[in-house]
Amino acid sequence: MDLSSINPILLLASLMVAATPILIAALGELVVERAGVLNLGVEGMMITGAICGFAVAVETGSPMLGFLAAAAGGALLSCLFALLTQFALANQVASGLALTLFGLGLSSLMGQGYVGIKPPPTAKLDIPLLGDIPVLGPILFAHDVMVYVGLALVVAVWAFLKYTRGGLVLRAVGENHDAAHALGYKVVRVRVMAILFGGACAGLGGAYISLIRVPQWTEGMTAGAGWIALALVVFASWKAGRVLLGAYLFGGVTVLQLNLQAAGVDIPVEYLSMSPYLITILVLVIMSADRSRAPASLGRIFHASG
Amino acid sequence: MFLYAASGNAHKKAEVWRRNLRNDNILSAEWGNSRDTRRSRTNPRLRLRDVIAGKGQYVTENLLTINGLTKAYPGVVANDTVSFEIGVGEVHALLGENGAGKSTLVKMIYGLVKPDSGTMTLKGALFAPSEPRVARVAGVAMVFQHFSLFDALNVAENVALGMENPPKQGDLATRIRDVSETYGLPLDPYRMVGDLSAGERQRVEIIRCLLQDPKLLIMDEPTSVLTPQEVEILFATLRKLTSEGVAILYISHKLEEIRALCDHATILRLGKNVGTCIPRDTSAREMAEMMVGSAFEAPARAGRDLGEVALDVTGLSLNSPGEFGTALKNIHFTVQEGEILGIGGVAGNGQDELLGALSGELQSDAEAIKLKGEPIGRMGPTARREMGLLSAPEERLGHAAAPDMSLIENALLTGAQRENLMNRGFLKWADTRSFAKKIIEEFDVRTPGPDNAARSLSGGNLQKFVIGREVLQRPEVLVVNQPTWGVDAAAAASIRQALLDLAAGGTAVICISQDLDELMEISDRFCALNEGRLSDIRPAQGLSVDEIGLMMGGAHGMEVAHV
Repeated sequence: MDLSSINPILLLASLMVAATPILIAALGELVVERAGVLNLGVEGMMITGAICGFAVAVETGSPMLGFLAAAAGGALLSCLFALLTQFALANQVASGLALTLFGLGLSSLMGQGYVGIKPPPTAKLDIPLLGDIPVLGPILFAHDVMVYVGLALVVAVWAFLKYTRGGLVLRAVGENHDAAHALGYKVVRVRVMAILFGGACAGLGGAYISLIRVPQWTEGMTAGAGWIALALVVFASWKAGRVLLGAYLFGGVTVLQLNLQAAGVDIPVEYLSMSPYLITILVLVIMSADRSRAPASLGRIFHASG
Repeated sequence: MFLYAASGNAHKKAEVWRRNLRNDNILSAEWGNSRDTRRSRTNPRLRLRDVIAGKGQYVTENLLTINGLTKAYPGVVANDTVSFEIGVGEVHALLGENGAGKSTLVKMIYGLVKPDSGTMTLKGALFAPSEPRVARVAGVAMVFQHFSLFDALNVAENVALGMENPPKQGDLATRIRDVSETYGLPLDPYRMVGDLSAGERQRVEIIRCLLQDPKLLIMDEPTSVLTPQEVEILFATLRKLTSEGVAILYISHKLEEIRALCDHATILRLGKNVGTCIPRDTSAREMAEMMVGSAFEAPARAGRDLGEVALDVTGLSLNSPGEFGTALKNIHFTVQEGEILGIGGVAGNGQDELLGALSGELQSDAEAIKLKGEPIGRMGPTARREMGLLSAPEERLGHAAAPDMSLIENALLTGAQRENLMNRGFLKWADTRSFAKKIIEEFDVRTPGPDNAARSLSGGNLQKFVIGREVLQRPEVLVVNQPTWGVDAAAAASIRQALLDLAAGGTAVICISQDLDELMEISDRFCALNEGRLSDIRPAQGLSVDEIGLMMGGAHGMEVAHV
């Protein structure tokens, strides 16, 4: 066992990279759930975003265009969910599960020609001065732009929900859709927009895995990240700040246990592999003991009457 | 005294007209005048009012004119060429049974529903709101009966959601404080709405409306959750508003309140305007009969002999299982065979918990509740049902009845033991069906048949079913919570009659209700729940409204509006 082989600076830096996909996907799902919609299709939208982003980045040579395509792909797939649940009034749980299965299949189909190819590399932001700070520089200021997009998204989602009219209406729709309707707000329109945002975020998160984190295309490569994002939203009590905490905790423990495995720690690999899930859930369960409630209309089908 | 709207069945109109002529001597003296005014097309109602009331107050301006509004849904015409007018600064009551079309009508005024035909004029201009925000901009505000507040948002956020161009949170909080002080409705803008009492929630709704300087305020059943003192404060606020020129369209089942508050009333029956009256000069009974379209029997109390003590509750204390619930604190009472004990109180003071403790959903100390001397505090609902203690909770859909199950299945759910509808774990569907049919027949439940889902019944009909289901099982003790909530006058009268008949047959009845008129009508003794404590129990006859209000805990920290 050689713990000295673990470099704490690299560890912390890779923590942010490991956390970013689930962070972005979870933020999207948070907005969807705050609007009162339970979309269990995050995994499907992520993997669809992963292949859309990968394909476009490879074809155009531009990772940024790849990310845009990933967001579009995720949003497009979520359109299907919006159509089923908001207009056909289908059950949200079943539709979401179907979306995941559909997304997994669709992505393998789309990705057939892309196995084994390397995507164009995404440039790291080399922020002058800040990046040169010892210790903090490499940890915080030497990442690719999507890491910061993820962080900015946390602030943006938090501020949108707390301080804007649109955010208030969105929370109102998720809290009590009948009342929101009675006051004249367009419940379905708000929810469709939230679902599209959630789809775009999931797509971005997926593309981060295929373009930066791994980076290559293999079938089923999101490997449950979408489900982690979903769980994170619940255990984070539908709060953006706690999603960040949960995502970084999960990313951190993941990276740490990989390092420990590499260092040959005397703990069975199975226990190490399950540790990120266990620890994240444990911490968030303890934190969510403050009785924060789910949005009251979560998962309920809205049918305008009269 | 009555004046007819332009529409409606001529024969029925004439009949009501004549009946009211007989009932109203003042009108007959002025008949010539009023008939003349009726012919004039301009504004007969207001001139008639001046002639008859002899008041110096001349209301010259019409705020809202509704002309021939019609709205049909598949299978039912909710509003059939309804016409009436609301004057500036007037309190106008809209009366009718459940399903008479009141809520469809106000939804059309508020822009939630588009009429099939007909027009509205607001302040002389054509008014056809395509959505509520258009109506709000035009000066129409609405206080809803249910579902328009958001529990997880604070007061200021709730208010902001009902406004077109809300100011910043800080400014809004200041304005909420200002308005709430001006109108005597104290309210903290930063409290969560989920933590507020029913009366406070209503203040949120009213303030939300007032901040938009409305010209017309629509109020749907505003007093159903208030103590008498709170009702007085509300009325003072409303009178202050009308003195400032705001018109109020007021929907309520409480006819005495309408008599106290409203200048005019329009009565709807089966979607049609069947008449207009001046509530001050019309008795509650006449108004109720106009709503129903025929005379109905008021519940009759037969003289009853009280028997043994059937239910004895001593020192019942219980924590509430719910987050926003009220704990019961040291409750004592007894009910004798053949007696009706009325328990009043504002919603949320422990009614649900008391019902739960008596029905067996919540368990307490064994000795705290005794049925015919036998301790039952530890028994569950099924065991208590077998012993003859039955109950009907307030929430019809979801608590008293399973919404998506048929009436047959719902009949089985509480009737299985006493009606012997099970045989070693197997269900006797034929017997259950005939039990359900019996309930439907004896309690005049209007439904195509017992196979229909509970959800498909109107509130009043489902309530008759729920009460009938328990009454027909010949309970020793029956506990009901809000037996006539949201039920129209005729159905309420028949439910109350059923309870009285049951008591006459020797059953001990505990009636928990927020409708004081109901409790005074049927109960022998009265007490009130206030924050989980039960007041002294006193004979119902001869209690004054003030005394009852004090038993209910007064006005819950409200001040009388400074008007």
